[in-house]
Amino acid sequence: MSKQGAARKEMPPAKLSEARAIAGGKTLPALDRLIHERMRLGIVSSLAANRSLTFNELKKLLKTTDGNLSVHARKLEEANYVACTKSFQGRMPKTEYRLTETGRRALEKYLNHMEALIQAMREL
Amino acid sequence: MASVRPIRAVPPETVALHTRAMDNLRFIRETMERAGAFTAVPGWGGVVMGVSALAATVIAARQSNRGAWLETWLIEGIFAIALGLWAMKRKADSAQLPLLSAPGRRFVLSFAPPLLVGALLTVVLFQAGLSQAIPGTWLLLYGTGVVTGGAFSVRVVPLMGMCFMLVGAVALFCPFSWGTPLLGLGFGGLHVVFGIIIARRYGG
Repeated sequence: MSKQGAARKEMPPAKLSEARAIAGGKTLPALDRLIHERMRLGIVSSLAANRSLTFNELKKLLKTTDGNLSVHARKLEEANYVACTKSFQGRMPKTEYRLTETGRRALEKYLNHMEALIQAMREL
Repeated sequence: MASVRPIRAVPPETVALHTRAMDNLRFIRETMERAGAFTAVPGWGGVVMGVSALAATVIAARQSNRGAWLETWLIEGIFAIALGLWAMKRKADSAQLPLLSAPGRRFVLSFAPPLLVGALLTVVLFQAGLSQAIPGTWLLLYGTGVVTGGAFSVRVVPLMGMCFMLVGAVALFCPFSWGTPLLGLGFGGLHVVFGIIIARRYGG
């Protein structure tokens, strides 16, 4: 499936949290597709290890392009997973991101989900 | 001939899901560890190391013989290394990352060899009566350690290392009387300035 196709299928996190998926006879919370995508998972994971990171630091860390990073960062911002502040450092614009409490909880939930999935598969 | 088959075969998608989940967890851990490199170098710890080096500069400048001068700097060196390790641990703890996670380990492993070489060269140079080469050697090797250890970190860390190397290169071609002020400029001034920058931009 193309990236665009995957993006179209994304559901709002609130709706996703209510949904349920069955795996190995156990009920697991539905996968948060918003951070399941690799680039967004990378952004959230990087921000979880830092108080804040600038756009350029994230770009370097995730080895991506300006366009790709800004598209995915905006999606996370819209879901209130990350907060973005824009300022000027001298004459240069500076965009800084930090993980919100909602984003941190979403990552924790995603980690729990992955661990539960592995556990459920082992029990099959 | 009948073959032995499991009663319930594991469906291929089950293996794929399991593998994918493991892969995702690995990706998160590796990304967090790489991102942790941004916070591995302690800013305020660097400032305190710089202040202690400035104090050592004042004390070392008052020493009448080179043995006492070397002792002053060796005490300062041991104190600064201990302080640096403590500050790194404190920063790693506050970020809820174990000190010996990949970035911390990578930094220490890249940083330790130049320091060990520096310790060995200090003994050789002092015994050979080449004390004037010691400040330059220390600054150059410390700078090398910071550049290599901070290669994957934010740009300010290898930049600090390069500044140390620059001061070290100058010190190497200067008389011994310049050594103490240049050590103060490097281990004192550069630590304080870059420590403040790191602390302000990268959280402590």
